Amino acid sequence: MSTTPTQINITSQDSTSSIAVQPARKPLTKKDLVADHPTWCPGCGDFTVLAIFFRMLEKKQLPHEKLTIVSGIGCSSRFPYFVQAHGAHFIHGRTLPFATGISLTRPDLHVFVFSGDGDALSIGGNHFIHTARKNVRMCVVVMDNQVYGLTKKQTSPTSPIGYKSKTDIWGAVDQPFNPIKIAIAAGATFVARTAATNPNHLLQMMEAASEHDGFSFIQCLSECVEFFDGAFDAANPRKGGVFNTIPESHDVTDEIAAYKLADAAWPGYFGIFYKVNRPSKNAVEAKINAEQQKKFSGKKPHEILQASFDRMR
Amino acid sequence: MATQAGGASVKKISEAVIRIAGNSQDGIQAIGGFLARLAGRSEQEVITFMTIPSTISGGPSIFQVRIGSGEIMSAGDQADVLLAFYQHSYDEHMASLKQGGIVLYDADQVQPKPEWLQIYRHIGVPITSRTVEAIGGTAKDKGKNIYALGLVARMFDLDVAKLEDLIRERFSSKDPSVVNNALTAFHAGYNQTAQSLDETFQFIPSTRGVGRQVVMSGNEALSYGFIAAGVRFGAAYPITPASDIMELLRRELPKYGGTYIQCEDEIASICTALGASYAGRVAITTSSGPGISLKMEALGWGVMAEVPLVIVDVQRGGPSTGLPTQVEQSDLNTAVFGSHGDAPRVVLAPLSVEDCFYTAIEAVNLARQYSVPVFILSDQAIATRIEAFPMPDLEKVCQELPLDLTPVQEYKPYDLNAPDGISRHIAPGTPVLNGKYPVAAGLEHDEMGHPTGSPKYHRLMTAKRRHKLQVLAQHLPKPSVHGPEEGDVLLVSWGASWGPTREAINQANAAGNKFAALPMRYLWPFPDGLDKIFSRFKHIFVVEMNDSGIYGYGQLTGLLRARFCDARIRSINKTEGTTFKVKEILELTNAALVSA
Repeated sequence: MSTTPTQINITSQDSTSSIAVQPARKPLTKKDLVADHPTWCPGCGDFTVLAIFFRMLEKKQLPHEKLTIVSGIGCSSRFPYFVQAHGAHFIHGRTLPFATGISLTRPDLHVFVFSGDGDALSIGGNHFIHTARKNVRMCVVVMDNQVYGLTKKQTSPTSPIGYKSKTDIWGAVDQPFNPIKIAIAAGATFVARTAATNPNHLLQMMEAASEHDGFSFIQCLSECVEFFDGAFDAANPRKGGVFNTIPESHDVTDEIAAYKLADAAWPGYFGIFYKVNRPSKNAVEAKINAEQQKKFSGKKPHEILQASFDRMR
Repeated sequence: MATQAGGASVKKISEAVIRIAGNSQDGIQAIGGFLARLAGRSEQEVITFMTIPSTISGGPSIFQVRIGSGEIMSAGDQADVLLAFYQHSYDEHMASLKQGGIVLYDADQVQPKPEWLQIYRHIGVPITSRTVEAIGGTAKDKGKNIYALGLVARMFDLDVAKLEDLIRERFSSKDPSVVNNALTAFHAGYNQTAQSLDETFQFIPSTRGVGRQVVMSGNEALSYGFIAAGVRFGAAYPITPASDIMELLRRELPKYGGTYIQCEDEIASICTALGASYAGRVAITTSSGPGISLKMEALGWGVMAEVPLVIVDVQRGGPSTGLPTQVEQSDLNTAVFGSHGDAPRVVLAPLSVEDCFYTAIEAVNLARQYSVPVFILSDQAIATRIEAFPMPDLEKVCQELPLDLTPVQEYKPYDLNAPDGISRHIAPGTPVLNGKYPVAAGLEHDEMGHPTGSPKYHRLMTAKRRHKLQVLAQHLPKPSVHGPEEGDVLLVSWGASWGPTREAINQANAAGNKFAALPMRYLWPFPDGLDKIFSRFKHIFVVEMNDSGIYGYGQLTGLLRARFCDARIRSINKTEGTTFKVKEILELTNAALVSA
């Protein structure tokens, strides 16, 4: 994530303290980043997402203390416990507004959200579309396994019609969401799709997303071997499927083309569907503040407040 | 009685209640606002009361102003003067006028009732047509309120120069012709009254030496209190009667480098505020009953993760959509107990508009000091009424909350050996030199924030979260009573019920009783020492605007009974969407004493 003008005034002491203490910063390695051993089931796609996230951090060498890993509830959302970094394990579905609060007040932090299809698109659906619309600067990875795993096999909003779960014993009946189409329609400025079975592609997407100045969204197909085994075989060449990357001719700033591409038949395309530079909410709010503060430059808070109170008599 | 040059006699008064009744689009709030600000500038006390029509495009509405040279604690039970713009204003509000009170009515619109001519002094002025005469044909609806302000100004011998200043300030951003029209209308009304009155009034100058005052509503005082407290981030969703806090802070915070954002819903707004608090910028969220219900799960995260947060609940009548524009104090239980699990938090309630300003600062400091969510329970009556109060010493009161990212060698977010159970939250961006970073967790956790289902940890962490509030309770200011230190009746009260309660004991004691009143600002946990106060009175009544409940007592009463196992603690309740009148409190107290 690139640096935009600070929205909240960070005093010089705020922004320099961490650098001042560690003039010769030693390289950030996977060893520094590993925390608890993941509680995921053996074979879970989420292991790959975690491993690739570590690799991306090693490549990018972001300051360790500035990493902020947040999540909601679900298998995916155990992520913060497995990363040795400042983290928050928030409540179900509400991670995006929580991350919004962090992002808007702390332009110096790198905010990563790890979520699942239930967390981001069912209970958190409203927050998903609005955070995308507002283009709040953060990187969101939705590990989509098309099923509720932590609660053991209920239908999710991305479960395909006919999928037999404990809540749809005759097969899922409701039309599933297409997360890419929703993200584009809602106004996300970076929309990508990848799969845990293709680590190199996943790494490319994570790098690109982390560099984007705005709301970046990655849908990562991540298989639940326990409750939806083989769900993504059609996208896995090792299982006889095809991993179709987005044609190079695709114009990532063409919203209609991106939407059409997202509508391709299962297993669809992988890569960056949509990427535009629209000012982030962080930047917009910072601009408002800069303009408002012009009139009060050099004034202490109590002097600004006194001016207001003097008019309220 | 002195006599004015015009022949009218002058009566000295120490206070007056003026009720202005009309339609909300007539600018009656503006008249009330001018009177309140004038009182503020004249070192007088003032409390206003207004009704907000629940319809979208206005409708009948009132604004009541009580101005006095002495202590004013409520908007007044009955009006001395009723200013009635329409027949419906006259018909519906005459009952609020004192016997022998003055009704000043628009003779173009109101047909007086013969049976009332005997009881009330009637002064008819053709306000509509005289306003047209004064400022021209099309402006009648715009200038009527200012014309009427002129009438009132003459009747109460108000400071014309100060009122002219207020009119100029109010319209300063508009075309100069607007100011001129307003001043013309004002003087036309002022001169008209001279011909219509046989008696005018004069306030005895205030001798209380309150000095420079500031005039604002409760919601404004809360908002500015947060600014003074150093809060630079908040999030909310529109809801009556809390929206104007968000509107004000959205407008004002950028001046201070802060931001207040409107979220997609109530849940998002508390979650966004929690995110900012977690990130080291203690944040607020502001709402009313229905919104508060929606925020409860996230509040529990704040308790569990031990992250500071301030939540404002401007209470309105409930449950469900209830009475959006009317007052009630029925959210206390939800503020204290809302959210699942054992989730201790702090609940404060301001007693007045002035107290809103200082409560905001106190709430922020408690939230930070104890790393805990703090509720401020305001209410619709305090939120919307206007008071004048001494100008705060802003240089002294204002605080800044710089982000502290000082590196730490090691850090346990939930250190079980932290003194008094109070562990400090550190913000992301803080280097932890041993490389072991904390997780703020909603799952039950160990000292590093990592999940554990161990019986021992849940017991110890539950105790930690509770213990710090027990410590806080010991440090709260000791409660003190107004009135005699011991006696027959103690009236306990909170929020908007406090003003009339305090006035009630003054009236009762003037009549020879031994009543005292106890204000409660700290509703959870309670400050130490309440039981000692209770032991000095024969009867204890809690005056609160909520239902007497299945077992016969209101919400604060229930909490106090549970705490002190004292069956003498009883309730005086009201659920009419309006604040207590002083008379109602005294009548209900006397009735309860008879039945005891």
